[in-house]
Parts: sequence; structure tokens; C-alpha cells
Amino acid sequence: MRLNCPHCGPRDRREFYYYGSADYLNRPAADAALQAWDDYLHNRDNPAGVTQDLWYHEQGCTAWLKVKRNTVTHEILSVEPVAGGAA
Amino acid sequence: MRYSGLKVITEGLFGNKGWRPAWRDPAPKAEYDAIIIGGGGHGLSTAYYLAKNHGMTNIAVLEKGYLGSGNIGRNTTIVRANYFLPGNSEFYSHSLKLWEGLEGELNYNVMHSQRGLINLFHSDGQRDAFVRRGNSMINQGDDAILLDREGVREHLPYLDFDNTRFPIYGGLLHPRGGTARHDAVAWGYARGADKRGVDLIQNCEVTGIDVENGRVIGVQTTRGAIRAKKVGIVVAGRSSQVAAMAGMRLPIESHILQAFVTEGLKPVINHVVSFGMGHFYISQSDKGGLVFGGDLDFYASYAARGNLPMVEHVMEAGMTLMPMIGRAKVLRSWGGIMDMSPDGSPIIDKTHIDGLFIDCGWNYGGFKAVPASGWCMAHLMATGESHAVARRFKLNRFATGHILDEEGTGSQHNLH
Amino acid sequence: MRVDGKGRIDRTKPVSFSFDGRTLPAYKGDTLASALIANDVRLVGRSFKYHRPRGILTAGSEEPNAMVEIIGASNQTPNVRATVQEVFEGLAARSQNRWPNLTWDVMQVNDLAAPLLSAGFYYKTFMWPRAFWEGLYEPLIRRAAGLGSLSGKHDEGAYEKAWAHCDLLVIGAGPTGLIAALTAARAGADVILCDETAEMGGRLLSDGGEIDGKPAADWVAQTLAELSGLPNVRMMTRTTVTGAYDDGTFGALERVGLHRRPRPNLPRECFWRIVAKRSILAAGALERAIAFENNDRPGIMMASALTTYLNRYGVVPGKNVTLFANNDGARITARALMQAGVRVAAIVDSREDAPEEPGTTVHRGARVIGTKGRLGVTEITVRKGTTDFRIATDCLGLAGGWNPTVHLTCHMNGRPRWAESLAAFVPSDGAIPGMIAAGSANGSFSTQGCLAAGIVAARQSLEAMGHNTSDVDVPVADDAPYRIAPLWAVPTKKRAWLDFANDVTTKDVALSAQEGFRSVEHMKRYTTQGMAPDQGKNSNVAALAVLADVTGRAIPETGTTTFRPPFTPVSIASMGAGGRADGFAPQRFLTSDQASRDRGAPMIEAGLWYRPSYFPKPGEATWREACDREVRMVRGAVGVADVSTLGKIDLQGRDAGRFLDFIYTNTFSTLPVGRVRYGLMLREDGHVLDDGTTARLAEDHWLMTTTTAAAGLVMRHLEFVHQVFCADWDVRFISVTEQWAQFAVAGPQSRALLTSALGKAPGLPFMGVTPVTIQGVQGRLFRISFSGEEGYEIAVPTRFGEALFRDLTARAETMGGGLYGMEALNVLRIEKGFITHAEIHGRTTAFDIGMEKMVSAKKECIGKAAAARPGMVGPERDQLVGLKPLTDTPISAGAHLFAQSAVANRENDQGYVTSVCWSPTLSSSLGLAFLKNGRARHGETVRLVDHLRKIDVLCTVTDPVFHDPAGEKLRA
Repeated sequence: MRLNCPHCGPRDRREFYYYGSADYLNRPAADAALQAWDDYLHNRDNPAGVTQDLWYHEQGCTAWLKVKRNTVTHEILSVEPVAGGAA
Repeated sequence: MRYSGLKVITEGLFGNKGWRPAWRDPAPKAEYDAIIIGGGGHGLSTAYYLAKNHGMTNIAVLEKGYLGSGNIGRNTTIVRANYFLPGNSEFYSHSLKLWEGLEGELNYNVMHSQRGLINLFHSDGQRDAFVRRGNSMINQGDDAILLDREGVREHLPYLDFDNTRFPIYGGLLHPRGGTARHDAVAWGYARGADKRGVDLIQNCEVTGIDVENGRVIGVQTTRGAIRAKKVGIVVAGRSSQVAAMAGMRLPIESHILQAFVTEGLKPVINHVVSFGMGHFYISQSDKGGLVFGGDLDFYASYAARGNLPMVEHVMEAGMTLMPMIGRAKVLRSWGGIMDMSPDGSPIIDKTHIDGLFIDCGWNYGGFKAVPASGWCMAHLMATGESHAVARRFKLNRFATGHILDEEGTGSQHNLH
Repeated sequence: MRVDGKGRIDRTKPVSFSFDGRTLPAYKGDTLASALIANDVRLVGRSFKYHRPRGILTAGSEEPNAMVEIIGASNQTPNVRATVQEVFEGLAARSQNRWPNLTWDVMQVNDLAAPLLSAGFYYKTFMWPRAFWEGLYEPLIRRAAGLGSLSGKHDEGAYEKAWAHCDLLVIGAGPTGLIAALTAARAGADVILCDETAEMGGRLLSDGGEIDGKPAADWVAQTLAELSGLPNVRMMTRTTVTGAYDDGTFGALERVGLHRRPRPNLPRECFWRIVAKRSILAAGALERAIAFENNDRPGIMMASALTTYLNRYGVVPGKNVTLFANNDGARITARALMQAGVRVAAIVDSREDAPEEPGTTVHRGARVIGTKGRLGVTEITVRKGTTDFRIATDCLGLAGGWNPTVHLTCHMNGRPRWAESLAAFVPSDGAIPGMIAAGSANGSFSTQGCLAAGIVAARQSLEAMGHNTSDVDVPVADDAPYRIAPLWAVPTKKRAWLDFANDVTTKDVALSAQEGFRSVEHMKRYTTQGMAPDQGKNSNVAALAVLADVTGRAIPETGTTTFRPPFTPVSIASMGAGGRADGFAPQRFLTSDQASRDRGAPMIEAGLWYRPSYFPKPGEATWREACDREVRMVRGAVGVADVSTLGKIDLQGRDAGRFLDFIYTNTFSTLPVGRVRYGLMLREDGHVLDDGTTARLAEDHWLMTTTTAAAGLVMRHLEFVHQVFCADWDVRFISVTEQWAQFAVAGPQSRALLTSALGKAPGLPFMGVTPVTIQGVQGRLFRISFSGEEGYEIAVPTRFGEALFRDLTARAETMGGGLYGMEALNVLRIEKGFITHAEIHGRTTAFDIGMEKMVSAKKECIGKAAAARPGMVGPERDQLVGLKPLTDTPISAGAHLFAQSAVANRENDQGYVTSVCWSPTLSSSLGLAFLKNGRARHGETVRLVDHLRKIDVLCTVTDPVFHDPAGEKLRA
């Protein structure tokens, strides 16, 4: 498996650390209900098909990347740096 | 038809003409008392114990492919009860006890082989963690023996004691740990369930779960609608898809775990051996192949196949630990779809829908759990109450913070 | 037997090899199989289950029978295909799975017991009495099963792994692959051409024939000459592409040294990772057998293998050959043999309309129904209509049709497609992204068809890459159509073999279906069809056809099992190359490493680092003596320790303080410049991630330290939090762990030591930090302590680390102090109740370790919300306590805790011990432990039980801080 890092170009999977679903981008507000935190931390769509998840180019540019890919075919559809935003 | 050595001989002498099908091939009925979605190890054992322990025989197992087509037929066959957290300890202990009588129970030789499992440790810190684990096992009534380096050498003289990157300090021996013939477990439970009247329906994919006023009333399948007041979802890596049919979003991520087998070899590894500093565990099948595995490929996937990075890592771990296996050749590699939970422990629980139950989150511990999972899921489906040894396997424990994290790696599905 | 004037072996280079101790002659270029055939050795192995005598069946890697052990000077290699192993001077091979010898194998008794050993019999028996499984049945089964043997000795052979990248990977160098490579190479594409065998050419070298009016071998030579002259082509012989993986990545195994005498530093094998933009599967096709009664005797082999042995190696396995065919392919074999002067007694052709063949008799519409010859075929029985007759023969060639080598196209879950006209499976289009299957691998079986397909596949690949194409004319070659009338099995009441390697017969498949194992996967698993070393390469399709027949279904409806990687078995050593011994993981060394070793310190692994365990002094018999001395030394004078393994992260920017507030549970933004603060960070799930100190070096400049174990984890975490939640904040950070060497100086004399080293008093308050110049080097001085004594840590750029270490050590020694190692460091921190990852093991919360007050109520931080979940706090939680045994008894980490009078079982379990030591300071064993509701239980007596070590001691529960609880020494 190879990811096309927007900064470094196509690199082998072993340069990257995988975290999990792109759900991790949507952190609830500090005072959100427990259910929101449960959804954020644990519950997943877990699709058999196109998904978006987070990869870290740990042995490259150290960018966190949002990867759109297919969990059935392993086709990589897009790779982009995570969007920045206020906490 | 009862299987025995005598029966094998008499059938053999008469051309093996008398063997009858191990199970029927029934058409689905319009209604059952209970339906189990998923004809893998856990689904089949659930059906078996529903019939055997609870007298529920008007039930069906719906399998979209062939019986035992999931992880039951693609694992590294290890059976152990060496968990240390209360909640897991009693469950796996119960499972091991069921394993110990399984051939007699099922009249099927699942080749459960208690050849001993050795978890190696490579630092003082790891040793302390394994001592804690070993004591938990004994507290639970199971067995564990602490081996020092020389003790390990007596059992596993072929390890590289001199040059390996992470020296071997010792090991925790679990004498009752071992292996079993994976397919046979599925077939044994299937045959046992069928014999008790359970309809095992293959090539029958569930396409919808029917709910009315908060109660489950049946399922839609590729072979038509089937009614039932109780439905159990027991589909491992496909849990998210099936649960979604009932509007549920599970704390599950599906991941690939690869496993490997070599060409047949004369006996050379007589235990199950697990490396403590890399992802590598190995045993030798009765047929002679070295069966071994490592960690997940780490990215969410339903592909049931892996990639080279983990393949190579596993081989490298094997080479640093036991370089005598270097000339064994890998014959086949494959991948299973693991239903990874956020704390590495399973879920056997009711859902927010009356009559709908779920059994999932087996991470990569599913095979050894097959008997107890079925036992406890059957108990839950029949009585509506969690079985005593599975009472901590709640679906809402992540929301409440009652975490069962043996690895201590936190709420990241792929780290367990 | 050798045939004069045939073969591509080098007759000027005779070599000798041995088989089962007999020394035999051969030529360079022979495989072990061809050399054995040259020496008229027919019996080469025993079958897996029935121990039937077996000979060579094929001429390739698909061989199910001829597996041997190769005996080297120091080790042996099991399960080597004689058909692949090349002969070299001194090669020693041994047959396997037989005892005492190949001709008289005791286990052949299994053959007589065959009716009892039907498919799956073992699931039905060996169950009584239960205890006999591990004790008797299983050991017997294990000993009988298996094939070759490992020696049990470490594999000391050299192996390599390598990467290669190309535009186009061509897999297989037969007619299709050669012309595809040529087409792409002429267009300037970077091409890698792999072939499994020692010589490229594929069946062009086996079958003879002509291309453009010249011998095919000449065309091969000319093509290879052109390819090898092109700089953009890499030709890899003896290289099997073993697996197809995502995004154009392939695994390939090159046999680098297995075909020659071992030499130092010559790798045995190299495992390649080839990354290709496009690929062409030109792996050809494999001939399949026909199942009939006793079709497994030595001397029965594939018809195509006969031609290969004749034309490539100049050998024939018989003088009086018969052929059994259902297609025209056997005619090539018949003609080649006859042309070489070998008698072809008959062609038994199952087709009523089979053509005549000059020079031999064709029995049309006939079938072989039986054979004779215990250790080698001597006679076959043929049935034509209702007539049976016998033909004497010493070699029977089987031509059951061809299976395209679709295996790689299945590696990404592609399912091959049934082609009725070929009676075979062909690859599905797009099964591997970027791969085109061409030639016979795609069901195009004529030479002309292969050549044309190779050109088309190369052009399509070039176009897909946006590459120019080149002009290559399709050469003129044989273009005979493939005519086959499927015949899978000749009905018999006895055993007719499908899977030779696993001894699976047509009866087994039928029995499997009879018992309800009707799915092809069930049949495979129940009978073990296709699960042997050859993975059913020439038997799976026939077994499927038999299953389809007995279950009354068509073949496509019956389905197919999946081929998984690797294509042929790959040694663990090659895929694990580099992992042996220290190669498994990187090693990290302190700047003081050599200095510590010079002092005799045992170095122990701490993650990837090596750290000194203790520094032995003359007269000290045990580590404990050294450790106790070092602890007393720190408490009484001064000790020096290298603490550079701690993670160090340099943070800069206006918002760095705000960022730290978000990362840590406690507040950092208020920390004055020149001060250090202890911080606790949580994972987002509310459990403790790590702890450590962070210093404010300047208004916008901070230095964070992490534990050794969590350094990488924390860095990743910081990057995540920054990039995802606050990318617009002005903060930048980088790991500087490798850039600074840092030493702890601890003890009542620490200030004096630093005064002498710095040439002035440090003048730092507790938890202060200041830049210092030490002997002309700019460094940093921190007043922090992990020992409970007055303590400092001094950091200098890494290149000065060793010098400073030696300097500090020398100064300490003049003050009654010296070095201390990990053991003493651990005792010091336990005495002081400081935690490490033994306590923050991923399941503990700030509440558990008594630090809930450090979770600031005034601000948000990572993990705060989840830490407030009901299950994460409260009296049900195990809480950090100290333990002191009531009597002078050792206690152990990993022991569990119980109420004083309770039975030591799970129901009564109240906690566990995480760290223990003997404290020379308090003259007692001490422990840190987690105890249910422990903070409320200080002063209580609990029972500590370590079943494993037979320790059962009563302990007093205490505060975790044993030494200087008021912290007076720290602040002195």
C-alpha cells in the first residue's frame, strides 16, 4: 500500500502511522454530553466501502493526513492534510 | 449418527457408504423462536447452547456463505485462558473448561491439544506484568508457572538465547493453553446444533432487521422474510453493517489480521510460543505446518488480505527469536476481518431494541472464546440476563468508563 | 536416461551430486530432477498420508511429489522441489517422510489401511479416552505427519531484502513475457522481467517449434541479447513473483545462492519488494493430470514435463513411453520423443475424434483405467468401449489440459472466470489494478497467440502510463487451436488421485459431498485438497470438477477456492531477512555507553535504548550489593546518572503556553521564565498518557521532557492536537532527544559537585532552570529530582555528552559519590513514591494515582471530559498506595492484594503490586501498589499473595511516599 503524501509524494505504507476514523477530527465541545464523547471516542460507521481516516507521516514530514479510501479494495481516493481549526 | 473409532472401522470396511450428512440443508421456515445471524464459530455455538442448555430448538442460524466461513476458519487456532482483568478472567476460564470437554460434548474430534503456551518476557517490567497476569490466572483457578531463562531453555531450546535483540528473561507457562483444529470446532457445533433440531441455513444473507414499536419482529433475507421475536447478531467483522440495519452504530472498527502457515514439517515446535517484544506467536499444527501470526495491518479494512509490511515484521520477529525456522517456507498467508473494540474486550449484550442481542468485539481473541461466547450469548438470549461470567461485556461500558483494557493502549480500536 | 544431442545443459561441465547417500553424475544446468532422471532414479519420495512410492510428476515449481531435503555443511533445508533445485558440485539431497528408507518405508502400512483413513476420519475418532489425545494419539499423528525436517539449529545463512521500482513488471519470460518486455523496452520504459527458472524462454525452450522460420530457441537468444543490451531493462532469472499487493507492490523471491556451492557473504535468497506502475502477467499455464485408478506411480508424469526434460535437459524417464490425453497437446510430446529416438508405445486419447499420429498408435475414445508397478509403472490397462487391454510401458505422460497460471490475479480477492471452451479458469479483468494477464496465462495457448498478446499487453500498459509505444512486428509462429474435450476423472471404485501431495482421491471428494461438505471451501477443508505444499496447482480444478459432478452442479456454479500469496512457498528467513539477532530493532546508545561498559556496567534494554543496570565495585557479589551502595551514595553524598533517554521536545511560539495548557491537565501558561513544572497528560480517553517536567526557557520557548517509553507517542500526540485542533496557534515543536545529553546529579553533595564543575554555585531554586556555561560549552541546568534528594540535571549538546559524563563522574568520586544505574534509580524513585510506566500502564487515571487535583477545573484539556465518566473515579477504583511488609520479608511486583483474612482468589482480589524494592534507606522491602479504594485504607493490613513465587505476606498500607514525605530534602 502506498499513500501519496501531499508534501512528500508517493510513499510506502510503512512510513505512516494509522490512527483511526476521521471522526477524531470532530472533537466535541468541552461541555458536550457524555454521549457525544462516546460517539467521538468509540462509535464508528466502520463502512465496508469508502471511508475517511487519519494517517500520520511519522517517518516523513510529520503531517497528519486525512485519507479517503476504500476499505474493501484498498484503493486510495485522496490524501490531504487535516484541516486546521480552533480548539 | 454417533462417531467412534469402531464406526470408522466398520464404515471403512464397507466402502464408507454409510456416512450421512453432518447436517441437514433445510429451507428457511417462515418463523422461528429465535434467529442467529452468522454461522461462524460464535453463531453456531450460540445455537448449540440455546438448544442444549435452554431447550430452544425452533431456531435458525442464517449464514450468508458457508458454515464456518469467517474467522473460525482463518485463525492461528490458539486456545488459552490467560487474561488478567476481572471480567475477562472468569469468562476465558469458563471457555477453557468447556474446551476441555468439547470432543465428548460434541462427539467430534476438534483436536483440542493442551500442549502448553509460553509467553516470553524480555525485561523486568514485562516480567512484573506477566507475574500479575499469572497470579490472576491462579486466582481464577487456572494454571500458570513462572519460568526463568533456564526454565524457558528447557522447554524451548531452539530459541536464540545468545544474540536476539531483546534477551529472553523468562516466560509464563500456561500448561492448559494450546491449540485446536479450527474448522472442526465449527463443524462440531454445527453438527451438534443440527442434531438438536436447529436449522442451519447457508447462502442466506440477512438484508434487513424488522423492528416494530421498539421490538424486533424478524429479518429480511435473500431467501425471504423470516419472523422471530429474538434475534442475535453474531457476525464478527461484519457487526457494523448488520447492526446498522437496526439503526445502531457500534464501538467497532474492522481490521485485518494476517496469519501464516508453512509447508509440513516433522515435529519441531511442541508448544504455543509468544514473543514479548514484537508481534509473533507460533505453534505447529498436527499436520506439520508452522502456524503463526502477528499484529493487525493496522488500517481499517474488509479486504480479508494483508500487505507486506506486517508480513515482513512477523518474519523478522520469528528470525530474531527462533532462527531455526528460517528454512521453513511460508505456504499460505491469509487475512481475517477482526471486530476491534475500543478496549480489546468483547460485547455480549442486549441492545436498545427489545429482543435484539449482539455478540461482537472479539478483537483477535475470538477463537478461544467460541464455547463461552455461545454459552453466554445463549444464556442472554434465552433469559434476557447476562451470564455471570460475561456481565462486564456491556455495550455501554465505553460511555460509562467501565473499561476492560488488557493492553492498556486506550480507546483506539486498532491497538488491541 | 540421457539423450544425446538434446538439452541445454553444459556437457563440458560434469558435476557430481548425491541422493540418499549415492553419488551420481550430472551436468551443469541440470535440475536435481533432471539429474535423477538421467540416472534412472524413479522413486524419489513418499506421499504424505499413505506413504505411496512417488516419482517426479512435473518439471516446475508446481511439483507435488519430488520434495527432498538438501543437506548443507551446517544445516539442512526441507521440502525442496527437486524440479527447481539446480545441481552443483557436491549437492547432497535426501528423501523425506520415510523410515527407515525410501524403498522400505514402514509407514506404507497406511496404504493398506486406506479404507479407514478416508477424508476427515480423524474428526470421528481418537476421542476416547480423553486423556489419550495429548498423550498418545496426537504424538503419533504428529510424528506420522509432516514432510521434511528442520534441524532445530539456528539458520546462519545469509539472506537479503531489496526494493526495486519500474514502469512495467513482466512476470514470466516465455514468448508472451519476452515480447512484452521487448515492446516496452524499445519504447524506453523501465522494465523488470522476472522468470522463475534459471534460463528465460519458457515453453519455447521446452517445446521446440519455430518462430519466423527459425528454431524458437534462436528467437529466444536473439531477444534476450537485445533485452540485456538495453539499460532500461532489468532481467531477473531464478526470481519468482510470489505475491501481488496493493498499489503495484509485488513480492518476489530470487534464489541467489541456492544453485551453487555456498560462499561466504553470498545470500541464499533475496526477497524483493517490486513497485511497478503497471504489470503484465505472462506466467504461462500449468498442465493438469487426469484422475484414474493408481495414477500416482513413479514414472507417471505430465506430458509437458517429458518435453521439458527432453529439450531442456536432454533426459527421458523411460524407453517405452505412453501418453494419456484429452487434447492435442500430447502430440508435441509424442513427436519430440520420437524424433529423439524414444519409442512412444501409444497415445490413449479420450476423444472419439482424436487425430492419428504418425509413428505411434492412437487409441481414440479410450481411457487408462489402471496401472501396475509398485516402485515404478510397468504397465497400463486401457479401456476402449467395452474392451480392456494392457500396454507395457515404463513412463506414462498425462495431458489433461492446461490451467492458466491465474494465481497472482487472485491475491487481491479477484475470482477467476470459467472459460468453457478452454475448460479452465482464466483471470478476471482488473483483478489486480494495473495488471494485464496475457498469453497462456490468459488462456491463449498457441505460440503465435502468446506473441501477439504480449505485444498488445505491452502497448496497452505503455498507453496507460502515457508512454510512447514502439514498433514490434508479431513474429510468425505455430498457431494451432487448442482442442480439448474435458476429462477429469476416469470412474473407478478404487483410488484415483487428484491431489498427489496430500493424497486426496476422487473418493474423498465424493465422500465429502456425501457428508454434506458440498461447498467447495468445505470440500477443500474436509479433504485437505489443495492445502499441500503445491497448493493444488495441478489438481484443484479437477477436484472442483469432480465435486461439481457428484453434486450435480456446473463448475462455475460450484465456485472456486482462492489462491493466496505466496505463489510458491517462500522461506521465513528471506522475508525476515535483516531481522536476525540485533537486526530486529534499532539500537540506541547513550553518549556514556562506552564509559559505562568500561566500568563493567551490565547494559539493559530500555525500549530501544541500552542503559547501565548498575556499576559493580570489586568485592560486590550481587547486583543488590551494588544497587544498595549506589542508593546510599545518592542519599549520603552524590550520584551521577545519564538520563538522556528521556524524551525532550522543544516548543516555541507565542501560543506555546496555551498549547501546553491544552495538552497537560495542569496549567503551564502561568509558569515564570526560568521555572520548571511537573505535568500530567491524559489520552483523550481520560487515562494517563505520560508525565514529566516542562521548563520555560524564555517567554516563547519551552522544553518538555517525556518518559523514555512514551517519547514517540507524545510527539505524535502533540502533532495531532496541534494540526487538528489548533493549527492556527503560534506554536512549533520538534524532538531534541538526540540533540542533548543530560545527566542527573543527585544527593546532598550535588550542589557542591556542580559548583566545582561550573566554577560557581548554581544558585537555582527547586524547580528552576538556567542556561549555564560549563567548561566553555553552552548548556542548561535544571533543578529537578527523581530521587527525592536535592538534585540537578545538566544538559549539553550531544557531542559533549561523553566528556561531561566522565568529568562529572570523576568529580563525584572525589566527593564520596559516583555513578548510579537503573536499579538504584528505581529504588530511589520507589522510596520517594514517584511513578513510572509500571504505574501509569495505560489503565490508570489521574484519580487512581492521587493526582485528580492536578486536573485543572479552570480550563479545558485533552482527556478531561472522558476522565469524568462515572467508571473512571470513585471507591471502586484501584488507587495508588505504598506497601510495607509487617515482617522483614521480600515482596514481589505482580503479586495481588487481599483483605487480611480473605482467600486468595479472583472474587476477593483487591489490587496488585506494581513496583517493589529493598530500601537500604528504610531497611525494609517497599512496594507501590494499586488497591481498591486504597487512599482510604492507609494503615490497614492487607494480604499480599504471589502464587507463582509462593509469597504470602501481610503488609501495611501506607502513603506511596516513603522517604522525606515533606520534601524538605528536595527544596534544601
